[in-house]
Amino acid sequence: MFKIFKYSLYDMIRNRWLFYYMGFFLILTSALLILSNDFTQVLITLTNIILALTPLIGIIFGVIYYYNTKEFIELLLTQPVDRKAVFSGVYFGLAVSLSLSLASGVGIPLILFGVLNSSVLVNYIVLIVLSIVLSIVFSLFSFIISIKFDNKVKGFGIAICLWLFFALLYDGIFLIILMLFKAYPLDNLSIVLSMLNPIGLARVLIIIQLDISAMMGYSGAVIKNFFGSSLGSMLITLVLVLWITIPYYYMIRLSKAKDF
Amino acid sequence: MIKSSEIFALGLLMILLSISKSYSNVSTIIVCPNCEIKTIQEAIDDAQDGDSIIVHAGSYYTENIIITKSIRLKGLNNPVIISKDGDEIITVISDNVSIEGLTLKNVTLNYLKERSAIRVKKKKNFKINNNIIIDCFFGIYLEHANNGTISNNKIYGNATTEAESGNAIHAWYCENITIHNNILEGHRDGIYFEFVNNSNIFDNLSEKNKRYGLHFMFSNDDKYVNNTFIDNGVGVAVMFSRRIEMRNNSFIHNWGQASYGLLLKEIYDAEIINNIFKDNTTGIFVEGSNRINYHYNNFERNGWAIKFSGGCETNAITSNNFINNTLDLVVSTRMNDNIFQSNYWSNYTGYDLDKDGIGDIPHYPVKLFSYIINEVPEAILLMRSLFVDIINYTEKVSPVFTPKEVQDSKPVIQLIKRPK
Repeated sequence: MFKIFKYSLYDMIRNRWLFYYMGFFLILTSALLILSNDFTQVLITLTNIILALTPLIGIIFGVIYYYNTKEFIELLLTQPVDRKAVFSGVYFGLAVSLSLSLASGVGIPLILFGVLNSSVLVNYIVLIVLSIVLSIVFSLFSFIISIKFDNKVKGFGIAICLWLFFALLYDGIFLIILMLFKAYPLDNLSIVLSMLNPIGLARVLIIIQLDISAMMGYSGAVIKNFFGSSLGSMLITLVLVLWITIPYYYMIRLSKAKDF
Repeated sequence: MIKSSEIFALGLLMILLSISKSYSNVSTIIVCPNCEIKTIQEAIDDAQDGDSIIVHAGSYYTENIIITKSIRLKGLNNPVIISKDGDEIITVISDNVSIEGLTLKNVTLNYLKERSAIRVKKKKNFKINNNIIIDCFFGIYLEHANNGTISNNKIYGNATTEAESGNAIHAWYCENITIHNNILEGHRDGIYFEFVNNSNIFDNLSEKNKRYGLHFMFSNDDKYVNNTFIDNGVGVAVMFSRRIEMRNNSFIHNWGQASYGLLLKEIYDAEIINNIFKDNTTGIFVEGSNRINYHYNNFERNGWAIKFSGGCETNAITSNNFINNTLDLVVSTRMNDNIFQSNYWSNYTGYDLDKDGIGDIPHYPVKLFSYIINEVPEAILLMRSLFVDIINYTEKVSPVFTPKEVQDSKPVIQLIKRPK
């Protein structure tokens, strides 16, 4: 598996699109830091962009990459290697390279512009970690979609719809549910609903840190206690891990059952 | 044999002596654990108007001390005066009394008597300086007291709940009080004013009080300047009062479900100038308050900068800085004749093409999302999501729910410099 991972990673690093991706974040982060000397404001803008963009890039890039390497994968499968090793290797090559270019694209300007010594450093680190998690989750989705559908057009369509659902529609549905049932206690329901969307969960984790005074004030005591407690943060971490492991095993199962 | 003239001379001498004693009149009485006079009450009984009583270091367990004469009661090297049975420690029922340098302890809770460490009752011209009051139900209690100064005191309480605690400085029906440079901590209210007029409060630090850092009820023409309010239930509450001036204060980190930096309820003709509101759940909460000027204030990183509710008229919000608040403004009332102008809004998205420092398109500080949160507080979990940004934007383009009249037609592009 490691050998395949290595080849896949080299392949990705040779791919110039990855550098464009990194370059985009380099320019974006530097530009924001140059334009505003308020690190908190930059963090807010950056959060908005990253939380929408990394899942999109992750899922689209993943679909393209899979369809492009499909022949290579089929070739590998003619050899006496485990299917799990092939698919995990190729997948991790994609995920690691995406994460690396994201982390360096956002991270390098932070070092250059002296965010390291500021009080919001922790928030930036949380943002980078969460965006890496999102890249991993959504590239997993992309592999699931493209293994399942051989038709490229269908694969792309579903990938974009999935992104649209998690990035936009889900919050709309969330809001409608809250409005419809506002006569009932909604604390627990809203916590559960926010867990069911990885993008939403990442966003909530960041706003807890940024807008804590608003969160403390208005939302019910249950939400405040949940997100403020160590039990809450442990549960959130667990849910994020589940968002990675469950799709991963599903992908492996799909790949084993797949008839090439 | 003694001559009559000698007797006369002796008599004269005695008279002269006694006259000179009563004439000079400023004797000093010393109280210490090993002296002839061991308790303050004895010293007061011996003293005459204008005397000084010096209390030397030591611990004094005492019952209620009643000051009936115009004296100066001074502690040397921090004498500690402890209430024996939790009763009130010092009660002043004379004019021209000064109390300084004492440490007072252990006045316990009593709802009926509202016991306090120092009480001034219906008298004037008092000075209460440099005292330390620890774990007392009420700290300093003024009733019908006028023309007094309370300065450089430290009053630390151990309040756990609002209902079971008293105020650090409590003033009721007073005139011309000056409260200066005190530290007030861990009580129900840091300073409580009820029917107190023409008084000044400056340079105090009020923190960790259960209810309010400073509380005005039915008090007019007062002024508070340069105070700091940190971590109170509510920084300052001004209710049913007129012509209160609030300048150069800092309202910091007042957090909680019903926590505000400043709470205004039914107040008129006030000035709120050059204050800092930082990290509060709500910077200012306003209810039914008219003719108030808000100038040169900084609102930084609050959950809500200002919330208006219920009948606010003729207020002017000009030249303030709104910096990185989660939501700048919430209004749940018609705001027809209130002015929002020439403020700096950090989330202003307009432009300034003619470079005159004023944005070319008006700023609408009320967002649709703040309405939604008012309806469903749990929706706060959706804050800053793409979906919410989109509905905020569509609302901004064509306002349906948010009031069009709440707009800053001249938003300032650069941060406004506040006067020193």
